[in-house]
Amino acid sequence: MAANIGTGRAVSSTFAPLRIWLLLPGWLSIGFFLLIPVLLMLVYSFLTKEFRGGVIWEPTLAAYDQFFFDRGLFGDDPRRIEWKYISIFWRSIWQAGGATLLCLIIGFPTAFFIATRPDRTKVIWLLLVTVPYWVNLLIRTVSMKFLIRDNGPMNDFLQYIGLINEPLQLINTNIAVQIGLFYSYLPFMVLPIFAAVERYNFTLSEAASDLYADKWTILRRIVIPVVSPGIFAGCILVFVPSLGAFLAPDLLGGAKSFMIGSLIEEQFKGNIGNWPFGAASSMILLSLVLVALFFYARAQSQGERA
Amino acid sequence: MALKYLVSGAAALTLFAGQAMADGKLSIYHWFEYIPDELLAKFEAETGIEVTMDTYDSNEAMLAALKAGKMGSYDVAVPGDYMVEIMIGEGMLDTFDSSELSNFGNIEDQWVDVSFDLGRSHSIPYQWGSTSFSVNRDVYAGDINTTSILFDPPAELSGKINVLDSQGEVIALASLHLGIPQCSNDRDQLKALDDLLQSAKSHWASFGSDVAKDVLVSGDAAVGMIWNGFSSKAREEGANIEYSFPNEGYVVWMDNVVLLKDAPNRDSAIAFMDFLLEPENIAAVTNYAQYTAGVKGVSEYLEPALAVMPENNPRDGAGAGAFVAVCDEATQTVYDQIWTRLRS
Repeated sequence: MAANIGTGRAVSSTFAPLRIWLLLPGWLSIGFFLLIPVLLMLVYSFLTKEFRGGVIWEPTLAAYDQFFFDRGLFGDDPRRIEWKYISIFWRSIWQAGGATLLCLIIGFPTAFFIATRPDRTKVIWLLLVTVPYWVNLLIRTVSMKFLIRDNGPMNDFLQYIGLINEPLQLINTNIAVQIGLFYSYLPFMVLPIFAAVERYNFTLSEAASDLYADKWTILRRIVIPVVSPGIFAGCILVFVPSLGAFLAPDLLGGAKSFMIGSLIEEQFKGNIGNWPFGAASSMILLSLVLVALFFYARAQSQGERA
Repeated sequence: MALKYLVSGAAALTLFAGQAMADGKLSIYHWFEYIPDELLAKFEAETGIEVTMDTYDSNEAMLAALKAGKMGSYDVAVPGDYMVEIMIGEGMLDTFDSSELSNFGNIEDQWVDVSFDLGRSHSIPYQWGSTSFSVNRDVYAGDINTTSILFDPPAELSGKINVLDSQGEVIALASLHLGIPQCSNDRDQLKALDDLLQSAKSHWASFGSDVAKDVLVSGDAAVGMIWNGFSSKAREEGANIEYSFPNEGYVVWMDNVVLLKDAPNRDSAIAFMDFLLEPENIAAVTNYAQYTAGVKGVSEYLEPALAVMPENNPRDGAGAGAFVAVCDEATQTVYDQIWTRLRS
């Protein structure tokens, strides 16, 4: 370890004078592809909507007003709190949370299993986790739809072995969406936890065992706290893309109710064409994610200090 | 995509044949699954023009993409009737003179002076058809000649209905169901429309346009709001479905090839429009998409089955067909509210 760090320092000092220039491409691409588009959306969210898509360059809070206040069907009722969009956000958060939990329940033991295999077989298991992801997400989601539909192979099989009499009605339900999201993002949970467990020093478990800790206590008090950065990273990597996903809700959930992703999509390329409102919804979503990440980062740094 | 190979294949063929090459390019913005690849290859072989095509799945998505900066990159697009009117209003279409198209006279008389483009100076007919719904006859044997099947369905069909993700057509059909005019600004009528869609929603399983055929074939849905030609394709793929022409009426639409403003290859676009007014060529589209052309003299090129297809022949006693109307901003804002309430 020490030798490694030593070489690392030597290398970094060689390149130190160049550091700014070496970072420049990274900063430029983040600035150009991330910051400028986000700033553009921020500006758009405060502009006036043009009929049938587009914006008029007059500043207004109308988009945010529409998000938080209900003025009735004709826009002239006394204003009340608008629950429509909050419930869409709440539903998406709930869905993404369910998918994250499902990923964690399946992903943690999987990662643990893989990390404790001998090096030779470890590679094969890792490969098996990633193989399905060589296929395009759309294709995988459509295949999942074929698999779980009322007269699809899964229901046929379950009926054949006599486990159920009527087909399970999964398609067009929230459960189907969560299965789809779970299937889409499972490796994002497995891989960070795997990396954390692989670094875990198993003599710690042995020491705890010598001190009469049972297996459950070892898992709860020793293993999970040590690998928790991997668990948190996995949860974020699954939760954040699930929040904005619209493929799984559209194809598996039947698109009957908007999710955050489809609500925003509808404002830009769908029937409604209200760009400032789409931009405002994106900004509100972005703020929510940032606040969540802020609390996560704070919890992490406090954990390190303790 | 298969088209790409076909296109390059056709280009290679012309090259080997030693014909004049690179007479120009043509960039098409078109609906999905709406033109046979062979027809594009034929156009390329005849004219030496190199074709590229992008697709969209709703009029609104096309409008949004063009407004978001794609104007100037396409030569032609294929909007529906009401969208032609909107695009003319937005100043997005170029004009042509009827003398520029040698086949202009082939347009059927009833489709020359259309309300959305009087005298046809921006658009030519592509295909027309209807929007209604189809019912799986294995699931339901009763009367399907009413829009109640969609908006107030019998118990057997409740929860097994797919609806097109198309605000204009859904609200038009709902207005026909209630017997109220489209684009009404009467508050009681708009409230009734909102109430109807809110109560109908509990009977609906899913929204989707590109999946409209698939859900009927697979049996995921027992009722599907759908375009007539798409429904006949579903029937041919094995779904035991019947297309309804309801008593209350149904939606009629016409898709049109329009000349876009700032088209990079205006001459190619005119050549393509002229090509599509040739009966044999537009008949190939009809044979593929199974709608109806708006051009004279196509019948001899059509597959005989199309003429007797039940989806193309409204029954006696069916309600009238109606185009989707273009509303003013105030009414459209209420429609948008109703639509969002329906989907949240």
